[in-house]
Amino acid sequence: MSILDYLLKRKKKSANIAKERLQIIFAAENMDKNGPDFLPELKRELLEVISRYVAVDQDLIQVNVERDSECDILELNIPLSGSHIKQKNKVAKAAKAASH
Amino acid sequence: MAKVIVVTSGKGGVGKTTTSASIATGLAKRGHKTVVIDFDVGLRNLDLIMGCERRVVYDFVNVLQNEANLKQALIKDKHCDNLFVLPASQTRDKDALTPEGVEKVLNELRENHDFIVCDSPAGIEQGAVMALYFADEAIVVTNPEVSSVRDSDRILGILSAKSKRAAENQEPIKEHLLITRYSPERVSSGEMLSITDIQELLGVKLVGVIPESQTVLQASNSGIPVIHMNDSPSGQAYEDVVARFLGEERPMRFVEPEKKSFLKRLFGT
Repeated sequence: MSILDYLLKRKKKSANIAKERLQIIFAAENMDKNGPDFLPELKRELLEVISRYVAVDQDLIQVNVERDSECDILELNIPLSGSHIKQKNKVAKAAKAASH
Repeated sequence: MAKVIVVTSGKGGVGKTTTSASIATGLAKRGHKTVVIDFDVGLRNLDLIMGCERRVVYDFVNVLQNEANLKQALIKDKHCDNLFVLPASQTRDKDALTPEGVEKVLNELRENHDFIVCDSPAGIEQGAVMALYFADEAIVVTNPEVSSVRDSDRILGILSAKSKRAAENQEPIKEHLLITRYSPERVSSGEMLSITDIQELLGVKLVGVIPESQTVLQASNSGIPVIHMNDSPSGQAYEDVVARFLGEERPMRFVEPEKKSFLKRLFGT
């Protein structure tokens, strides 16, 4: 970059943007690889319990683990579609601090 | 014992074949008996880069399917005595590469070669997996550009998960990072990922940096591996890569921008 470019701030440093974007996707991909492997089992068992009480659509259930710097958040998203609860979405969030 | 080296990248067009040709040539020039194999069945190009396209009679797939023996299929390089090329088939399907067949050919080649360089096709499918499966060492070719770096990360994952060494719980494949098409000027102006950026992102030891250069195209036009171009930076950079690969210490060259005059610096170019 020439001095004139620098003085006029003509260019944005795109290499830094590239590096940040790559860091984010690599971090996300690593999380998928190292994520807890009990999630499918947990999902199946939760479903079993909940479906004893209300009708739930299995395909709509989402179980995710989000990772912050300080804690992991286990997020369950279970839309209830029983006759007495009309299309009402309930979100149960359980946060658990886990330092690692 | 012969060493199997895979030259791989995930992404296409980053310089795998150019690198395979030059590294195999460099190893042979130093007296090591070397064979370079094109694993890109259906899209062969190594023969063109090595300048032996008119001498192809039998190919890798012919050998795998017992239609020819290795001796008939190996093409002796015209510049180096110790170098042989095993071309890919241009007409067959990638599925012709089976683990059993490839292993048999590699074992036969191991008997009387020091190095077997496997030029991988792009992608992460059968051809690419077969090229890396039996490798002892891997050269991951990366351009300073987002999609190439991401694909290199992916291929590094495959190297450590899907190779024979991984399957048999042996010592993992030794990985080397080779950055190609590097432009120090663009790095210093902040518009290209730097060597440090790429190394930090991929976490692999650097074996060399090949600068962006017009010589590479001139070399491929004439079918001469660019390492033969002794007076060009890219040729010399490949020479350094081979030396480092064999354990020599060499400082990185061609990684700093050329000094500009005051006026140029003021107004840009």
